[in-house]
Amino acid sequence: MLKIVSGACAVMLLGAGAAWAQSAKPNDAQIAHIAYTAGELDAKAGELALQKSKNKEVRDFATSMVKDHRAVNEKALALVKKLKVTPQDNDTSKALTKQAADKQAELKKLSGAAFDKAYVANEVAYHKTVNGALEQTLIPSASNAELKELLQTGLKIFQGHLAHAEHVAATVK
Amino acid sequence: MRTDIVLPVVLGLSLGFATAAFAAETIAITMDKVAFAPTAVSARVGDTIEWRNADIVAHTATARDKSFDVNVLPNKTGKLVLKKAGKFDYYCRYHPTMTGTITVTE
Repeated sequence: MLKIVSGACAVMLLGAGAAWAQSAKPNDAQIAHIAYTAGELDAKAGELALQKSKNKEVRDFATSMVKDHRAVNEKALALVKKLKVTPQDNDTSKALTKQAADKQAELKKLSGAAFDKAYVANEVAYHKTVNGALEQTLIPSASNAELKELLQTGLKIFQGHLAHAEHVAATVK
Repeated sequence: MRTDIVLPVVLGLSLGFATAAFAAETIAITMDKVAFAPTAVSARVGDTIEWRNADIVAHTATARDKSFDVNVLPNKTGKLVLKKAGKFDYYCRYHPTMTGTITVTE
């Protein structure tokens, strides 16, 4: 199960530091894994914010992240089951997971306004990176029509998240 | 032909005036792709707004003045009977960039 995808995936650092496979076109099993992982990582970041933040705007935002990413992932799980696709771990998923773990460790050391600011700034950067990857790599690469549609639906929701995060970022400066 | 039409219309009007001048309507608004469609609607007191959530995430229709707060889960509808006139700006609490307006007249 722990297969490194063809070794061809050059992992590149983009924008806020999230990693995306650039050279090889991911297959549907890999795309599903990347999208699911990206969503789950953001839901976990939201859970951390709910443990740590006392700021209402930040908490409301974090609540939406947990709810929405879990809702989208529930649909993704149902779809891969229906399509009989087993999500396939890959370099991009691994790099995302590693970076999110580093970010969580960094955020855990902060508290109060410093935490709020760092969490929200990371959410802005993270959504920019993930949305860019969806638009430029994952959606164009998806071959199954239903998977493509779910990714497009997800993108619309995550674009809303980015706008929301930017709005909250302006209030926690 | 003409009398066929006039009769029900007159009957309808006379019945209508006994209760309200206009029959209450239901106005449908869709929540789709994290947006309200249409974003602005006009209605009369007594009309019902029905939001249908076509998205896969939960939404709300929440008035800025807190006069209403309707939760609408995916694939469900939520209703609100308009009780007073005015211009009501509303948004989704989970996605504050989703906004809409209901203009209610007497």
